[in-house]
Amino acid sequence: METSYLIETIIKIVTILLVFSALAGLGTYFERKVLAFMQRRLGPMMVGPYGLAQVAADGIKLFTKEDIIPTNVVARIFKIAPVITAATAFMAAAAIPFMPSFTIGGYTVNPIVSDINVGILYVLGVMAVGLYGPLLGGMASANKFSLLSAARGAAVFISYEVITGLSLLAPLMMVGSLSLIDLNNFQIEGQWMAVYQPVAFVLFWIAGFAETGRTPFHLVANDHEIIDGFGTEYSGMRWGLFFIGEYANMFFYSFLLAIIFLGGFGDGSVFGAFALLGKVAFFFFFFLWTRAAWPDVRPDQLMWLCWKVLMPLAVINIVITGFVLMF
Amino acid sequence: MRKLPSLQDFKDRNVAEGSSYYNIDGEAYPETGWAQFKQVVTRTFRLELFVGLWVVLREMFKFNIHTVQYPAEKLPIGPRYRAVHEMQRLWESGTERCIGCGLCEKICISDCIRMDTKIDENSRKAVTEYTINLGRCIFCGYCAEVCPELAIVHGGRYENVSEQRAHYIGFEDMLTPLDMAISGKVAEYPGFGAVTPHEDERVKVTPLAY
Repeated sequence: METSYLIETIIKIVTILLVFSALAGLGTYFERKVLAFMQRRLGPMMVGPYGLAQVAADGIKLFTKEDIIPTNVVARIFKIAPVITAATAFMAAAAIPFMPSFTIGGYTVNPIVSDINVGILYVLGVMAVGLYGPLLGGMASANKFSLLSAARGAAVFISYEVITGLSLLAPLMMVGSLSLIDLNNFQIEGQWMAVYQPVAFVLFWIAGFAETGRTPFHLVANDHEIIDGFGTEYSGMRWGLFFIGEYANMFFYSFLLAIIFLGGFGDGSVFGAFALLGKVAFFFFFFLWTRAAWPDVRPDQLMWLCWKVLMPLAVINIVITGFVLMF
Repeated sequence: MRKLPSLQDFKDRNVAEGSSYYNIDGEAYPETGWAQFKQVVTRTFRLELFVGLWVVLREMFKFNIHTVQYPAEKLPIGPRYRAVHEMQRLWESGTERCIGCGLCEKICISDCIRMDTKIDENSRKAVTEYTINLGRCIFCGYCAEVCPELAIVHGGRYENVSEQRAHYIGFEDMLTPLDMAISGKVAEYPGFGAVTPHEDERVKVTPLAY
């Protein structure tokens, strides 16, 4: 292995970690502001100009809070669970191209940690492992509400994995590759994938709300019991890791949506790079937007939607795509 | 600074006919499976979810913010609000109104008023000590109501903080400063326990209510 390759990869990894950890913090600020404006409030205003330093204040608070391990919890699992959520979220980023390749001083940089040929499979697989964070955290917490929320969360995650996978099958059949770069390049000549596969686009988008546990499908937290579900017993930075994981997941899922269905970074020009960022920003904003507008659905309604509506639609979509490709 | 809503806006609780309140006509729940299916399909293709999205987005761009940024902006409180007590002076002479009758101490249901009096050199009753334990006061307003001289009234100072549970205030803290009283900067009868500005009309119409 070349030394330059090793150094380049390490720099990429550190950059992604730093940028998306910071973005997770900024994401909370934007979420508060957007929700506040939509509800005719001002949101955080006290710390710094327009409350901008609120992010720093939250960070200091999370890092300096006492790390409480309650009495009856299974301590080892309890401690490792938040790490699983955050780590899997960032591991999934390894196969996502965040920008088109560019050249600095004659050295071409591919802003992707590793362009493995099963990229999307790897990303979705690692994101699915993230389920173990809430699940183990809830089970180890020695709290019946955490346990209930973990069970509900697991049911939602597992059900919607089916939708994610099935809805992606049709675009993958058209492209014939699992690499996200190939998926992006497929859309350079033709239309965006969302034009060919509108149903798959909508299904994948809907499943994203379940995968990231965002509002219409926010069942991992027990809002109706006014507690934080599997995170009830967590404090300080352990809870913060769950949070960073959730927000990083939102960003990465937005990247997936933009790259697979909305043309990604296009042909790799500067305009394409900014267009990708714009699309990601829109999808992230949409996550916040729905939280202001829509109520949560009941778990049974969620299962009904998944198994009786979305899964049949996804299967029909695959069959039709197959026939169209064959004839 | 923005214009804050006036007290009248807050007091307007008119929900009678012709106001902006109305009942929502809910649809009946579907009974059969076919009706349920039809409801799902119509709701899906009528794109009802996007109506909600549009409403919140519209409010975001209208930017009609209702937040009161509290320490900088404050909502008006009622003139009869019962906050921390104030001791009044006579307007012209600046003399204390309190005659040391002890009625407020007697009527106080949480026993938080304590006063001592003596006969002074002009053989008039004078207050030597007067404290109110604000940690125990329930701000019922009986002291202000019973005061025959309109000396103790409830003011509008509702922001209190103390390092002790029992926070006492003495007579001097409550007493209107002399220079303010003489320069006429205080309204003659503010606060709960004082006569209201429209007292004349009330006395004429229903004498017993006064």
